[in-house]
Formats: sequence, structure tokens, C-alpha cells
Amino acid sequence: MDRDKLWNWEYAFEVFPLIFDAIWITFSATILGFILAAIVGLILALGRRSKQAVIRYPVIGFIEFIRSTPLLVQLFFIFFALPQIPVIGLTLEPMVAGVIGLGLHYSTYLSEIYRSGIDSIAKGQWEASTSLNFSRYHTWTKVILPQAIPPVIPMFGNYLIVMFKETPMLMSISVAEMMYVAQTLGSAQWRYIEPITIVGLLFLALSYPSAYLVRRLEARMGQRFSKKKKLTREEVTM
Amino acid sequence: MTLLSSDALLLLLKGAGVTVQLLIYASILGFIIAFIAGFGRLSRFKLVRVITLTYVEFFRGTSLLVQLFWFFYVLPFFGVSLPPLLVGVIALAMNYGAYASEIVRGAIVSIPKSQTEAAIALNMSRFQRMKNVILPQAFKLMLPGFGNISIEMLKGTALVVLIGIQDVTYIVKEVLIPSTGAQLELYTLLLFMYFLIALPLILMARWLEKKASVGRESA
Repeated sequence: MDRDKLWNWEYAFEVFPLIFDAIWITFSATILGFILAAIVGLILALGRRSKQAVIRYPVIGFIEFIRSTPLLVQLFFIFFALPQIPVIGLTLEPMVAGVIGLGLHYSTYLSEIYRSGIDSIAKGQWEASTSLNFSRYHTWTKVILPQAIPPVIPMFGNYLIVMFKETPMLMSISVAEMMYVAQTLGSAQWRYIEPITIVGLLFLALSYPSAYLVRRLEARMGQRFSKKKKLTREEVTM
Repeated sequence: MTLLSSDALLLLLKGAGVTVQLLIYASILGFIIAFIAGFGRLSRFKLVRVITLTYVEFFRGTSLLVQLFWFFYVLPFFGVSLPPLLVGVIALAMNYGAYASEIVRGAIVSIPKSQTEAAIALNMSRFQRMKNVILPQAFKLMLPGFGNISIEMLKGTALVVLIGIQDVTYIVKEVLIPSTGAQLELYTLLLFMYFLIALPLILMARWLEKKASVGRESA
């Protein structure tokens, strides 16, 4: 291999398929982590509104703590420290630890989005549910959440992209995603330019179009909802 | 607890010092970049706009870790061998600067057009308009965003352990754990140390948010 070349096409073509294969690991980690984040995020958002202080304050503390400490250290904690907890200590596969780390970290961000959705529900909806003698559970599942969640779903798209871009961190707990493969290939040949650049370009090629799509989706949803809002205001003035 | 001898504690504090140093340098450089790129996106000249847009989209579209590795492994190839700490600062600043430039741009764009028109009517130059009319109002809107970015940046500094900078994560992972094996205690301690460093930033961000929203209500 010609080492003096700034960019070696031969080497780039050699490593590209190997890195590209790992894209499935990157995707799986992102999607599974996102599903976990969406579920835990909703639980956190509801917990934050709980009337019981014993639930509310720990939830707020959890959200603040997870949001302001590094995901990388959280991954180390889950992967290396959890097995050392006495009695209940558990050893996780790297991929499982990675998904849990990503999912828990971003659940705190998604909970804020759920919260904005729930906060946007008009007070009259709560009052109507009370006057219809709905139970708390019934009010949430039949009245509030069906109205609160759909409008904020496009905002989830942004975090899906952010999470996707955070997956290279999983290499540090030996999940064989794209960056891990690139690093391994790079160290085998002691030449990193091509593998790392390829990973960067793959991320760009995937995240840029998806960001564009999310923006369009958001704009469209925003339009639909503002139209709806206008209608109701007219109804009121009528 | 014999886990943390005074030597270990000293090492930890030294590591925390490196983390804080990284955060401060990267914030300063990052916010300078954010202003340059934010103004660049609003430039009269198409070439400047295209160049800044490329920079912003490039750094937002790839990943901080990839950028860090790229700078770390590729720069020496060009004969530029910087100390790792500087590589870390540059990567962090370039990455978060790209995000923060959107805050700068968004705040400037959100100032009502009538303000610019009034300034033109008062015969102010472009520079005066920006300095005396637009920026003082826009700056207030940027501050809460800057507060949040600085917390994200602190979290980002942990990544430098992967290029061997001896920050607080490195001290725990590569120095203290191999000698004690106490992963649970030390990683818990490490998480709390980051939270402690973040705490002033969290409080500052919240205070700025309150201040910014007060201004908006009265306007």
C-alpha cells in the first residue's frame, strides 16, 4: 500500500464493505434504544406530574441527573459497574448495555417532549372528563394522551437523528457498530484516514436527508395543527 | 473507606481540573465560532453563506466522536501534530459551535424587521445597526440556548478519554479502576462528579431562561 498518498482509493474500497455491513448494528442500536426511550420517556413524563411527592421528586431528580451527565460514563456504568452490585448484579451483553444506555439517556429528553404535548391540552378537556365522571386512568388513556402525543411525534424525529449520531460511542463497550469496525481496521493497517472518513460520510449521508424530512414533517404537522386551532377559535367566537 | 487514598483523591481532582479546562477553552472557542458562523449564514455574499452552511451541516450531520477521531488520526498525516488536549478543544468547539451558530442565527432572525427599518430610517450604518440595535436584543434571546449548549459540551468532554486525554473519566477508567477494581463505587462517584460540575451550569441556564422570558413578556 502506498502510504504517502493522502487518500488511497484501493484501501478505501477494501474497507468500505466491511464498515457498511456494520450499519445494521448501528441501526438496530438506534431503533431499539429509541423504542426504549419512547416508553420510559412517557413513564417519566407521567411520573413528573404525579400528585405523590415520593414519585414526583425522584423522577425529577432522575431526569436532571441523567440529562446532565455524559452518556459515555453512563455506558461504562451500565456495562462495567452493574455486575458489581451485590446480590442483584447483572452482566449484560455489550449490545444490550448499549441499548439500555442510549434508551435511558434519551428517555429524559423525550419526557420533556411528552410534557410539552400534555401541557398543551386545554384545561377544558380535564374539566370535561371530570364532569363526565371519568376515572384518572380513563381520562389519561381516552382523552389526554390521544390528543397530546400525535402533535409532538415529529419532534421525536430530531432525537432519533441525535441518537443515531451518538451510536459511535458504543464502540467503547465493544459493540461492533461502524466506528468500532473502522477503528479496528484502521489499527490493523495503521492507517485511519479512509475508514474514519467513510464512517463520517455515511453518517452525513444518512442524517442530513433524515433531518430534512423531519423538518418538512414538522412544518406540515405545525400547519395542520395551527389550522385546527384557528378553526376552534372561530367556533368559539361564533 | 480505603478505596480513595489521598493520592487517588488528588488524581481525581487533577482529572476534574482537566475536564473543566477543556470545557472552558472549548466554550470560549465554540462561542466565537458560533458568532462567526451565525453571522456568516446571514451574510450578503452568497459564497460566505454557502461556506458556512457547509461547515454547519457537516459538523451537525456527522458525529462528535467521528470528528474527534478524524482530527486525532488525520491531522498528523498533514504534518500537523497538535497536543491531544488541543485536538479535543478544537473538535468540541467546532462541533458545538455549529449547533450554537444556529442559536445565534435564530435569535438575530427573530428580531422584528421593523427594528432594522427604524435603524435605517435613523441613518445608521450596517455595522451600527447590528451593534446598537439588533445584537443587544438578540443576545438576550441567545443566552438560554448557550446555557444548554454548555451543559451538552460538558457531557461531550467525556469523549476525549477515547483519544487518551487524561480527564476525570480517564483517571477513573484507566488509573483508579485497574488498581482497585471497584467499578461500581468509582463510576458512581464519577457520575456524581460530572453532575457537580454541571450544577452551576444548570442553575445558570435556568436563571437565564427566566430572565429572557421576563424580557419577552414586557416587550
